[in-house]
Amino acid sequence: MSRNANVNANANANANVNANANATSGVVFARVLRGIAQLASASLLVLLLALFAYLAKQSRMSVEVFGLGFLAGTEWDPLHARFGALPFLFGTILSSVLALAIALPGGFLVAIYVAELGPRRTRGPVGALVEMLAAVPSVVYGMWGVLVLAPLLRGTGARGPTQGVSMLAASLVLALMVLPTIAAVMRDVLLAVPQNLREAGTALGGTRWEVLRHVVIPHARAGLFAATMLGFGRAVGETMAVTMVIGNSAEISASLFAPGYTAASVLANEMPQASDPLHASALYEVALVLLVVTVLFNLGAHGVVRRYLRRKAAGLSTGPAEGELGPSP
Amino acid sequence: MSTVPPSTPPPPHVEKMRAENLGAKFPDAVALRGITMPVIEHKVTAVIGPSGCGKSTFIRCLNRMHEVVPGATTSGDVLLDGKSIYGSAVDPVGVRRKVGMVFQKPNPFPEMSVRDNVLSGLRLNGIRPASPDVVVEAALTQAAMWDEMRDSLDRPGGSLSGGQQQRLCIARCLALEPEVILMDEPCSSLDPIATARIEELIHDLRERYTIVIVTHSMQQAARVSDLTAFFYLGELVEYGLADVLFTRPEDPRTEEYITGRFG
Repeated sequence: MSRNANVNANANANANVNANANATSGVVFARVLRGIAQLASASLLVLLLALFAYLAKQSRMSVEVFGLGFLAGTEWDPLHARFGALPFLFGTILSSVLALAIALPGGFLVAIYVAELGPRRTRGPVGALVEMLAAVPSVVYGMWGVLVLAPLLRGTGARGPTQGVSMLAASLVLALMVLPTIAAVMRDVLLAVPQNLREAGTALGGTRWEVLRHVVIPHARAGLFAATMLGFGRAVGETMAVTMVIGNSAEISASLFAPGYTAASVLANEMPQASDPLHASALYEVALVLLVVTVLFNLGAHGVVRRYLRRKAAGLSTGPAEGELGPSP
Repeated sequence: MSTVPPSTPPPPHVEKMRAENLGAKFPDAVALRGITMPVIEHKVTAVIGPSGCGKSTFIRCLNRMHEVVPGATTSGDVLLDGKSIYGSAVDPVGVRRKVGMVFQKPNPFPEMSVRDNVLSGLRLNGIRPASPDVVVEAALTQAAMWDEMRDSLDRPGGSLSGGQQQRLCIARCLALEPEVILMDEPCSSLDPIATARIEELIHDLRERYTIVIVTHSMQQAARVSDLTAFFYLGELVEYGLADVLFTRPEDPRTEEYITGRFG
């Protein structure tokens, strides 16, 4: 008996050693993995900072020559070396805001259809279609804008006939591109609302629409906002399609039918030919402004979402609340 | 074995609801077969049985929540006050207002305040009460949580403890002034103290409402119910007064179940 016990004890000891060895190698592996992951994450930040530093360095000449006036200057004239970025900022923001205003209701409705209201049989195909549209290369949208949309808008210019390429054309094309993105993200957000909350609403006598309005949408608010911001971000940065249909004219016009210009478009158009150092430097400064605006905008959007989620999390703390474990009142 | 319960209480008990040859299916399985049983007004009816016996499906058929699951269908009929709730002219939304439901996992609207949770059923139905505060106080009082909640009406529903959340769900259900309350294992995620409170509450609510409770716990069924139905494999095996069913079951399967030989 005692011999047996010894053998068992030995076996146990061996098992322990093995377990320890496994545990050690596991710990090492976890450390290495964490190190690599940290490095990868850090490299993202380094990349952003490097990009920022590079653009800042390259745009120094422009900053020194024009100062803050660069942002307010309305004239962009490479031939006479006069550079002001306002037309691009104006064009970028106006076209993106317009695109969002057009795409938001449509994207929201598509998301609701796919996630909630549509017949079950059509939801899958429509959802797949939306995702496909979100993945279509932007140049294709641009071609459609040039070949179909612009001719439709031709002759609508405020100052006589135009080519149809205009701020409006750019906004419409952008809206078309942004809509699938918004719809796809919003659908995922709506589908993430817990089923038991929908059941609660249904059992309380809510119709599908009432449950959607009073339960699902309020619960999904932060995510819906994030989807909107994602769409806006995509519109701000979009280059190709916009360049093809906006008309590329560095003027600030009150008419949506007049051509305009965006920051991304001017970079794509002029960077390759900018032989004059001041011209190149001014373009770098436009890029810098675009980067800063985008980063600030994203930080702001994340901040809003995070604040909302934190508020929610604060309200959702687990653990016994007062009164629950105490005596019955 | 006859499914017509010989020990069904005689009149003057009023039949509030009645299942008539009720069947229920999921796309890939049959959940209920030929259930015929009355639900007596102002009584607590417990539905017991092993997991998968169809007890939850049964009560979900009583307020037309079963059909909310994609592909789920019912057959037979359910009567409420003698009228079919499955008739072609019946609006399921109206049925659910009269026959409220409390779920297994407490599901208050997490970011809505306690007050708004109580009022949510009314809002969902487009009703604006003249004096919401009165509604809130009345519902929370009935759910035995007014005293502990009166100063926390603005707290989000999700911040309450599990037991409080479940009582809030009951209050939310009561605010709609239902006639029947269905409870699907309402205590299965709660600790014993919270469970005891809900059981007390069920006892009190019987005065005003008709209650059908599904429970996994035979002790709970014995404690809270006036009548008990034993379901097995989608069929009603035995139904009768709780003290009779638990002490002198007629069907051997019932006896095996309540003595813990299976399930």
